[in-house]
Amino acid sequence: MFYRENGQFKTSYRADQQIFPVRQDRIAVLVLLALAFIAVPLLASEYLLRAVGIPFLILSLAALGLNLLVGYCGQVSLGSGGFMAVGAYTAYNVFVRLPGVPLVVALLLGGLGATAVGLLFGLPSLRIKGLYLAVATLAAQFFIDWAFLRIPWFTHGSSSGSVNVSGLTVLGLPIETPVQKYLFCLALVAVFALAARNLVRGHIGRAWMAMRDMDVAAAVIGIRPVHAKLSAFAVSSFFVGVAGALWGFVHLGSWEPAAFNIDRSFQLLFMVIIGGLGSVAGSFFGAAFIVVLPIVLDQAPAWLGLPMSTALSSHLTLMVFGALIVFFLIVEPHGLARLWSTAREKLRLWPFPH
Amino acid sequence: MTSPGDVILEVRQLSLAFGGVQALSDVSFDVREHEIRAIIGPNGAGKSSMLNCINGVYVPQQGTLVFAGQSFSASGPRLTPRRMAQLGVARTFQNLALFKGMSVLDNIMTGRNLRMRSNLLLQALRWGPAEREETQHREVAERIIDFLEIQAHRKSPVGRLSYGLQKRVDLGRALAMEPRVLLLDEPMAGMNLEEKQDMCRFILDVNDEFGTTIVLIEHDMGVVMDISARVVVLDHGRKIGDGTPDQVRGNPEVIRAYLGTKH
Amino acid sequence: MGFLLETLLGGLMAGMLYSLIALGFVLIFKASGVFNFAQGAMVLFAALAMARFAQWLPLWLGIESRMLANTLAFVLALGVMVAVAWAVERLVLRHLVNQEPITLLMATLGIAYFLDGAGQTVFGSDIYKIDLGLPKDPLLLWPRVFEGGVLVTPEDLIAAAVAAVLVALLALFFQKTATGRSLRAVADDPQAAQSIGIGLSGIWVIVWSIAGGVALVTGVIWGSKLGVQFSLSLVALKALPVVILGGLTSVPGAIVGGLIVGVGEKLSEIYLGPHIGGGIEIWFAYVLALAVLLVRPQGLFGEKIIDRV
Repeated sequence: MFYRENGQFKTSYRADQQIFPVRQDRIAVLVLLALAFIAVPLLASEYLLRAVGIPFLILSLAALGLNLLVGYCGQVSLGSGGFMAVGAYTAYNVFVRLPGVPLVVALLLGGLGATAVGLLFGLPSLRIKGLYLAVATLAAQFFIDWAFLRIPWFTHGSSSGSVNVSGLTVLGLPIETPVQKYLFCLALVAVFALAARNLVRGHIGRAWMAMRDMDVAAAVIGIRPVHAKLSAFAVSSFFVGVAGALWGFVHLGSWEPAAFNIDRSFQLLFMVIIGGLGSVAGSFFGAAFIVVLPIVLDQAPAWLGLPMSTALSSHLTLMVFGALIVFFLIVEPHGLARLWSTAREKLRLWPFPH
Repeated sequence: MTSPGDVILEVRQLSLAFGGVQALSDVSFDVREHEIRAIIGPNGAGKSSMLNCINGVYVPQQGTLVFAGQSFSASGPRLTPRRMAQLGVARTFQNLALFKGMSVLDNIMTGRNLRMRSNLLLQALRWGPAEREETQHREVAERIIDFLEIQAHRKSPVGRLSYGLQKRVDLGRALAMEPRVLLLDEPMAGMNLEEKQDMCRFILDVNDEFGTTIVLIEHDMGVVMDISARVVVLDHGRKIGDGTPDQVRGNPEVIRAYLGTKH
Repeated sequence: MGFLLETLLGGLMAGMLYSLIALGFVLIFKASGVFNFAQGAMVLFAALAMARFAQWLPLWLGIESRMLANTLAFVLALGVMVAVAWAVERLVLRHLVNQEPITLLMATLGIAYFLDGAGQTVFGSDIYKIDLGLPKDPLLLWPRVFEGGVLVTPEDLIAAAVAAVLVALLALFFQKTATGRSLRAVADDPQAAQSIGIGLSGIWVIVWSIAGGVALVTGVIWGSKLGVQFSLSLVALKALPVVILGGLTSVPGAIVGGLIVGVGEKLSEIYLGPHIGGGIEIWFAYVLALAVLLVRPQGLFGEKIIDRV
């Protein structure tokens, strides 16, 4: 009843090609943005912003980047933590060695640094496929781990790779309080999400999906596998690199290489799989799930009134986390995005059952 | 049917082997522009392998391929799928090879990829030229959708369509490349009579309206004899017949290997 | 010269332990097409079970003999691994039969997290010892040929012998027995295997049990050397490049790959490490595997991947 497309006739291809062709979708997105930009900063506590809001936004950006590579182009990457590290440390070097450079530019340069490394480690994808490629990308992860730990030049002289930043400003406005940080991240993530959506709607997105679905047929149509795969690695690494820079600069403030280790890579991959491969919205769903779940699991014993040692609690958290991952994969292997689109299909027909 | 023009594609002494299996041995034939040429033969004769060689998917060990004046061989310039796509060769596949994760419209739009030029940044911003290009190519895709009468399904994921409709989408994707030569690998396979008639009509229309040369693998003899100008017959990787449908029909070797006799 | 030989031997020993873990990976992949990220967690879980049972059994049953306690503990731990295999098949694999490889991979990651948590909950999270009663004193071999002799530990030698026997048994099993043939059929095409009457569930329980057994042997050997602790599950990450190097479907590949990686790591650490900052073993194995893959995309002994159009 509410979600009917009746009466919404498109009279031009341009109108049909809009990013949100259904009017209700446009309204929903505008409402969502209003809530995000206005309501949340006013209503949410500082703790909530710092522990949930900001990590969610930054990790969504990273998950979005990873989804472009894994979900849209079908190239499995287990090295995304490493690319976040490259983004963070590149931005750090720019920030510290070139003091005049604005923060946003430094972050974007961080992204470009990750792009360069991403292209390098993406080259094997031209020869290697599937699970073999996944393990090859781990080479990137571990090498990057080591590089930032042992090569002082990369970390501007720090012997253990730990660095810190302070005094962040954008156009003269400070980025210090949780609300300021949240809004800054939100603005950046909104822009990147729009860019991602446009890319997957365009011919490069179709080329990526063609490579994923049937690479021989794609070649026959004239799609260059090299161009498609490397562009996917490049764009994906850019997103992930900027997210890494944001993670270090805005969320952590000070960090060391361990902040971007293999657990981070697995975390991002979980977000993408659980959120839904090949879906922009899915990246956000997955990030929300993975960010909120450990917090809920940690607090659960307290809420349920069960006294428990922290050690036991953390072990149980691991168990529940693992079990939930498996459960989710069994119940909806296509992720939260599929659940969402199924719900929308039902909503289209509501109140009729079919 | 448009009258055939000059030779546009020539296959000379092509041989192809996989490991121990000799898929094609010393096959030679030519294709004239604007004609409908059929390749027939029993299963395993090497027909699909032949198309794959023309396309650049397989690289023959011996022999030469000449397309529109350009010559490709194992020792000379390499034939890649993209090169053939650029030269104007498109094809459909025996097992469909559609992009299952995309809609009908998107599948057909991928056929336009060669001609879409806007770079990454323009696409990310969906700025003016990128939007205009998308709309332009959308128009071409829509004309093909109209031609193939699949308007109702344009936004459906291809995986959900019936087999006959999927075959049409496969054809549409090939047509989107505006090819000079169209290679069709068993376009009527698995279809009922009505669907076959539709597909025949499409093929003839394409040949008629656009003058597209058609090279067609087909098992349905009725279709082959009706619509093709000339026929090549393959058996166990060798050519055993080449000529008009009538000539081939009367060829004793072809009858023995493939057509069968009345008992 | 003696030092080089010692390094080589040390590398071979370490490599052989990698091979054991890789073997578990390859077994499961060969027979169920699943890339089991949980192999490391299984090694830890098995080792924990063994260590704790060896401690608890004397208390429960009043056994004096160390040998008897260890044997019973081993048997009990093996039973536990079979139970784990059964549970994994029943609760996870059965429901994910036709899913994409990446989904299965993530599922095994989930199993890994679960086993990590469960192992520590049930068996505890301290460092435990496994005392097999083996002589710990290092031996000096061939003191007359090489100056001062070449240093080896009996533990390593016994471990090598055990690994060799295990591999030989498994090879025989796969090639000669009917069950082994069924396993290979299932790995090739689960649906086809089902259609000729091979029961998938039983096969998978068997395979995961065998892998569990291999994990147990691995855990016992590693554990008696280093003590049983959480970092053991991270060792599995080392085994991944071994599997890739050798080829995902090859048992000899796992062995050869492990030895190459073991020796390579030791040699590179000594001869390459000091020049570029040290600590390179965290990535050496991976970069080596990557280099091999670029030349042979299916690993040294893996099956070539053919796309049919």
